[in-house]
Amino acid sequence: MHLAYPAVLSALLFCTGLYGVLARRNAILVLMSVELMLNAVNLNLVAFDVWLTRAAIETLHSGQALTLFTIAIAAAEIGIGLAIVLAVHRNRGTSDIDRLRDAAEGPDDDLDDGPDSDAAARAQAAGKAEATA
Amino acid sequence: MSIAAASPGFLSPTGVEIAFLLVGLVTFGAALVTVTTRQLVHAALWLVVALGGLAVEYLLLTAEFIAWVQVLIYVGSVVVLLLFGLMLTKAPIGRSPDADSGNRWAALLVAGAAAAALVWVVVDAFRTTWIDLDGAAVGTTKVTGESLFQNWVLPFEALSVLLLAALVGAIVLSRKAKADAAASSRAPQERGDQGADRSEDRNTDRSAQEGAR
Repeated sequence: MHLAYPAVLSALLFCTGLYGVLARRNAILVLMSVELMLNAVNLNLVAFDVWLTRAAIETLHSGQALTLFTIAIAAAEIGIGLAIVLAVHRNRGTSDIDRLRDAAEGPDDDLDDGPDSDAAARAQAAGKAEATA
Repeated sequence: MSIAAASPGFLSPTGVEIAFLLVGLVTFGAALVTVTTRQLVHAALWLVVALGGLAVEYLLLTAEFIAWVQVLIYVGSVVVLLLFGLMLTKAPIGRSPDADSGNRWAALLVAGAAAAALVWVVVDAFRTTWIDLDGAAVGTTKVTGESLFQNWVLPFEALSVLLLAALVGAIVLSRKAKADAAASSRAPQERGDQGADRSEDRNTDRSAQEGAR
């Protein structure tokens, strides 16, 4: 098999994931696109490992071992990412990454005060509960 | 090296190459639908098709163990986790018109430019490189296990520690807000006397929680 086939498929999948990360608004869809990018890298690693195992002398099977490590780290990443998304959704009521602009600087600070006012009201209520307790 | 000279051309593909091309087209199409569909649950289900297609590609590249790990972890658990996340964040069933953000044309431009550059460079660099798939498979469970537990033991154990840390971190992240909410709702019940103040407090708290929800 030509090495160009898996390499080109991997590049196309990576760019598809790149488009998804940049263009999606829901945080879970962004996580799906990140999974696509990681899988593209895995395909590259496996293809080059299969090629180098036959072409080189001693390669320690590093491509496939790294692929296993990448899969495990991706599983950990998706668990932590979903926990963060769920915590944000519980606090803010939304998981749209366009609305999470608390750290943004710019002229449009007053446009997105919907979730901020909710969070401020909740913080105020919590502070009052703490004060009266 | 004579591999480059002896490699066949692109116009006479072997059977494995034809199978790889067809499965690759299915995988790429499913990935495109995943990042462009407006129905969130359909995106997760098309992601299953894309990841399963990649598992078939691993099998065609004779990496059997990686293929089954891919099926077990990605198709088995990651997609289920994503579906649970979609359900728990109250994702809308059906078409949601705001699935794409406003900068999708800039994203399309960036992704298209990256794809063109990557495909050009990769094809130019590896157009004569030939993978020899005949003979014994290079990715069987025996070979992978031997290399993993002879050469890669220390990263393997470090990875298990990392997985444990990720597990504990996910539990802590999921429990913290709930513990706070329980504490703030239990706090007004514990003090008995300030009646009016307490009910006003609880109303404020509940309305704030509903607003946040």
